[in-house]
Amino acid sequence: MSATPASLPGEPAVDQALARAHGLSADEYAAVLARLGRVPTFTELGVFAVMWSEHCSYKSSRKHLRMLPMTGPRVVGGPGENAGALEIGDGWVAVFKIESHNHPSYVEPYQGAATGVGGIIRDIFTMGARPVASMNSLKFGALDHPRTRYLLSGVVGGIGGYGNCVGVPTVAGEVMFDAAYNGNILVNAFCLGLARKGELQSARAHGVGNPVIYVGSATGRDGIHGASLLASAEFDAASAAKRPTVQVGDPFAEKLLIEACLEAMKTGAIVAIQDMGAAGLTSSSSEMAGRGGLGIELDLDRIPLREPGLTPYEILLSESQERMLLVVEKGREAEVAAVFEKWDLHALVVGRITDDGRWRARYRGQVVADIPVKALSSEAPLYDRPAAPPAAPLRAADAPARAPAPREALRALLASPNVGSKRWVFRQYDAIVQSNTLAGPGGDAAVLRIKGSRRGLALTVDSNPRACALDPYLGTVATVCEAARNLACTGARPAGITNCLNYGNPERAEIMWQFRRGVEGLRDAAIAFELPVVSGNVSFYNETAGRAILPTPTIAMVGIFEEIGQRLAIHFRRPGDCIVIIRTAAPSMAASEYAALFGAGDARLAPIDLNRERRLIEGLLKAAERRLLNSAHDVADGGLLVGLLEACFGDHALGAHLDGVDGSPDELFGEGPSTVIISAAADKVDALREIFAPLEVRVIGRVTSQPRLIVGTLFDESINELRLLYDQALPRRLELT
Amino acid sequence: MQVRVYVSPRQGILDPQGRAVENALKSLGFADASNVHIGRYITLEVKGDSRAAVEAEVARMCDQLLANPLIEDYRFEVEGG
Amino acid sequence: MKWGVVRFPGSLDDDDALYALREVLGQDARMLWHKEETLGGVHCIVLPGGFSYGDYLRSGAIARFSPIMRSIAKFADDGGLVLGICNGFQILCEAHLLPGALTRNRSLAFICEQVTIRVENARTPLTRATRAGEVLRIPIKHGEGCYVAPESELRAMEERGQVLFRYVAPDGGLSEAANPNGSMRAIAGVANERFNVFGLMPHPEHAVEGELTGGADGLKLFHSLIEAAR
Repeated sequence: MSATPASLPGEPAVDQALARAHGLSADEYAAVLARLGRVPTFTELGVFAVMWSEHCSYKSSRKHLRMLPMTGPRVVGGPGENAGALEIGDGWVAVFKIESHNHPSYVEPYQGAATGVGGIIRDIFTMGARPVASMNSLKFGALDHPRTRYLLSGVVGGIGGYGNCVGVPTVAGEVMFDAAYNGNILVNAFCLGLARKGELQSARAHGVGNPVIYVGSATGRDGIHGASLLASAEFDAASAAKRPTVQVGDPFAEKLLIEACLEAMKTGAIVAIQDMGAAGLTSSSSEMAGRGGLGIELDLDRIPLREPGLTPYEILLSESQERMLLVVEKGREAEVAAVFEKWDLHALVVGRITDDGRWRARYRGQVVADIPVKALSSEAPLYDRPAAPPAAPLRAADAPARAPAPREALRALLASPNVGSKRWVFRQYDAIVQSNTLAGPGGDAAVLRIKGSRRGLALTVDSNPRACALDPYLGTVATVCEAARNLACTGARPAGITNCLNYGNPERAEIMWQFRRGVEGLRDAAIAFELPVVSGNVSFYNETAGRAILPTPTIAMVGIFEEIGQRLAIHFRRPGDCIVIIRTAAPSMAASEYAALFGAGDARLAPIDLNRERRLIEGLLKAAERRLLNSAHDVADGGLLVGLLEACFGDHALGAHLDGVDGSPDELFGEGPSTVIISAAADKVDALREIFAPLEVRVIGRVTSQPRLIVGTLFDESINELRLLYDQALPRRLELT
Repeated sequence: MQVRVYVSPRQGILDPQGRAVENALKSLGFADASNVHIGRYITLEVKGDSRAAVEAEVARMCDQLLANPLIEDYRFEVEGG
Repeated sequence: MKWGVVRFPGSLDDDDALYALREVLGQDARMLWHKEETLGGVHCIVLPGGFSYGDYLRSGAIARFSPIMRSIAKFADDGGLVLGICNGFQILCEAHLLPGALTRNRSLAFICEQVTIRVENARTPLTRATRAGEVLRIPIKHGEGCYVAPESELRAMEERGQVLFRYVAPDGGLSEAANPNGSMRAIAGVANERFNVFGLMPHPEHAVEGELTGGADGLKLFHSLIEAAR
């Protein structure tokens, strides 16, 4: 029988003021007292503070996330595991998730981004899937903001430094610059893994008496209160002082963990496994026990420590990286340990599964924490925070137009860091390790083969914060449509979504309204495309001194090829081909880069007809299947002409001669709603009209062997010259002081 | 005994890190800074009977592993003993 | 022909090299664990890319002392063929099986991209299926690929034909812009004096299938070794 837990000598007395300092409200502290029937020990207070933080408990978002469609014929396993999984055929399952590491990356960009990559990779191999591809979505402040270049080079270096060292290719991503992110950058990291069907690993503990095993790096003081303080509070002047608690990543340790864990799982002796991520040992142990409806007991004296003198409070809350917690079948500890020894890792028994539903920790013969598991997991607080639209729209109509000549506008757009090539960024990532990359960064979506199968995958990550700022609902719908279009332009059928919802402080009604409208938009678009949302992450409190980021729901989508030979690329291939555009609605300047540069933006997004959007996707897939197309490209940042040029920037210097565009700024530079540029032989156009009906299929010109862009009588420009502007957009801004 | 090992790029070897920091210092207005080089500083404890024995041991460590004599110079300090 | 691909704990392109050899080239290839000492009677050893032991000190500095490297040194001494790719090249330099050293890229950044390299000596076991002056498209991906060696050593290497590949523009010409990492004399790959140990920073194992982004020019190097071993 366990004794009543007590604080250790020298620890501060627990009271409401200390609870407040830990981020627990008066009501939450009262709830702690009620759940325990006594005053918590100092250690217990720390445990409640992190487990009931926004980051770990999703207390403000859980209610709304329930409206998302999470099931479908391809979905494997239930919610609550570390990542979602989709069946992709031929006995394969794809496991994927995206997660934010925003605040840590602002405080220390290299390590923040690196550990973000490490954390999401662990979430994937924890499921028994070998990580095969990473992506990321990055938002920075204006490039002329004094901190932006430092943050950009640190984040990109950290993503590469970690991802390149663990052997997971970074195959796609997006980068955007906007002054709204000057004080809060976004680093959203995605990972996808492959597993054989039936070999997925659970994070649900079972088997009373089964040992709990610790593997990986020793525990230090890294990131103590990282989850609760860094991710759940706004920035202030004290942020800089929190730097010592930032976690440091060790990609070599991660590489060993990947190989050793995947090998150890093959023994069949592992009952449950979870990464010690946010709130480390505490969350991993309580969540595994909670899912199994069981209790767990930890012996803190057995935890390997990196430095002497860590207290139970620190051991339980440490966010040291590259650590895993396993529940193993009793009697098979040695078998599992032998695999880890091969990789020079030590598997240490640090606790056991119990039947009493308690989460208990012992230290030097004394119980320092004894909490009902449910109080830390399913019974954490849940809020329905007030939500209300703002009095004025977030982004008022832009300044009146200073209409530039089309030639000038095109040059300015190509040289804009939001439109120009992101090669400076993605060349720092290994995109080809594992020998599966059929299309890497720089296209509409990455394309991966699956060795030994004719099937393949396409991956994209998209966001459209400027549109979400005008209308958080329609902006999110548009983002889902864009992701689906990016996949369909490669010929892959969209199959599933993961999302990272980045917003400001949810305690403000207008932020909560943005969030709720965003979730509703995601729901409606996902239902329209029949796509399950298999996993997700919410990041609140992205604001500084009361100024929130633009609402930024990031959508990562995975598509499936049944026949990888049907894939399409964005580049024109044959001179003489017809250049065809297919649109779902008239183009608009709202939320466009043109509007950001020159003004003249519509203040409202045009409505989106999801039936027509779906028609476009289905048409692309059918045209790819019937091999009618020679290329396909989604028009995004910069509009139609930029999209055309991107299609010309292939290995063969081809050009485009347009005679079927009206030459208005809206047509040439508008970005929304949806436009796709395809190229096809002239004798295929009739078949295309039939496939895409009722959408208009408009031939606007021809692919030429001359590397020139000719638009009616409007202009005649050298493709190579324009390409230089596009290629140098980022380097020119980064290398000049 | 407490040992401090300093490893630095050999004279004349391209040192892009040093050059980058030198440029950054200059752009911050530290016009007098020049010849910046970035190396490694390694601390370790070595058991040994005499200072001379430890020094010989550390020199072997540097030659074999801690420095690459083709591109790096090293020096070290031994304290205690 | 029998091949051995060495797996260090932090090797990353080991499976890719094995896949290229077995599945694409139909060779008899096996993985060799770094803690092993026997090489299993192979004709050619591949030291693959990656970060062998984390490479926190210097790339390849620790791998050099692994049990298998002792056997490989002896194997090379007996005239066996050894190919080091990227991290493998770094390890061979650290082990003094190849001259020179590889240091941080001039840009200080990791670079992953398709480059063009020119064959400088086509009379070696690694290049015999190519022509002198031929330009190959092969990807690089490294943060420490800047090749350095003392001037006197470089001169001697050039005279003996040990410089096998240089980074060039697609038309075959030398230019500073075509040298991605700042290597001295734009050196991308070298051989030892006996021409049985080779190292290069570009990844031929990622250039064996035309449909992947790396192209297929790497096949010529593997075909060269296969011919040489006949």
